[in-house]
Amino acid sequence: MKKLNEQETTKIVYNCKKATFLIEKQQSGTITRIEKFQLELHLKGCEVCNIFQKQSALINQFVKNLILPEHHEIKLEDGFKETLQKRINEKMGKK
Amino acid sequence: MRKKDNVQTSAPNDVKPHLWVDQYADYLFAYACLRIDDKELAKDLVQDTFLGALERLDKFDKQCLEKTWLTAILKNKIFDVYRKESSGLKRQSLSTASAQEGDEFFEPENGHWKDQHCPESFTVEQTDTLQNKEFQGVLQLCIKKLPPLWASVFVMKHMDDESSETICTELRLTSSNYWVIIHRSKVHLRSCLQKNWI
Repeated sequence: MKKLNEQETTKIVYNCKKATFLIEKQQSGTITRIEKFQLELHLKGCEVCNIFQKQSALINQFVKNLILPEHHEIKLEDGFKETLQKRINEKMGKK
Repeated sequence: MRKKDNVQTSAPNDVKPHLWVDQYADYLFAYACLRIDDKELAKDLVQDTFLGALERLDKFDKQCLEKTWLTAILKNKIFDVYRKESSGLKRQSLSTASAQEGDEFFEPENGHWKDQHCPESFTVEQTDTLQNKEFQGVLQLCIKKLPPLWASVFVMKHMDDESSETICTELRLTSSNYWVIIHRSKVHLRSCLQKNWI
């Protein structure tokens, strides 16, 4: 059992695909203690995955900033709006 | 939470459907456009949201803001679209794609980054970038490039702050599929940003 764990650990220490997977999981706070240990070991030796980790968190921030519809200049055409308000009024009138 | 009994006296938030279009149509349209890559469909959803809301005016909780209520209705309609988009044949081809994941970005035998996909530092300053319209455009473009199911998962998680449980239920995903998608989306998105921005 111990041996298997060592093997697993060795695998993750050199495996960027697994490490980046764990980085994503960790950002949502759902990583086990062993996974956390493995990831830390990997990040100690892997500069590229450190860059990935930073940028991944940055992307989350970017996306959060993207979401506010108030900041967008997308508008509906006036014609569409008028028709829509008319439909609403008619429907209200029937009630 | 809800004090139904004194609703009548302490209710500033009456519904005013005759002002809806004027006050909320552009907001709701932008909300939908950010989440769905189809303006015509987004228009339909805004219309359905208002007309649907009229059907259940009696369900409106007056402690709640009109805008919040209408947005919640729209959000459910968007989830319906995601569900449709990610079901059936499209879904099958996607799960095959995710089974072969790693082939594009990582070496299949040891999981190392492939040289051409190795992350490099972004050259832009973080704080400037957050406000930068051009960058936001690139980011939106990159999200749209993701397969529909991935984009839906990504948007629900990162824009709407939905829990993993909700996303898995709404889109009928297993937890392990969900994590594969979260991981793959981020790897793709990051790479797309590196290609198109720095």
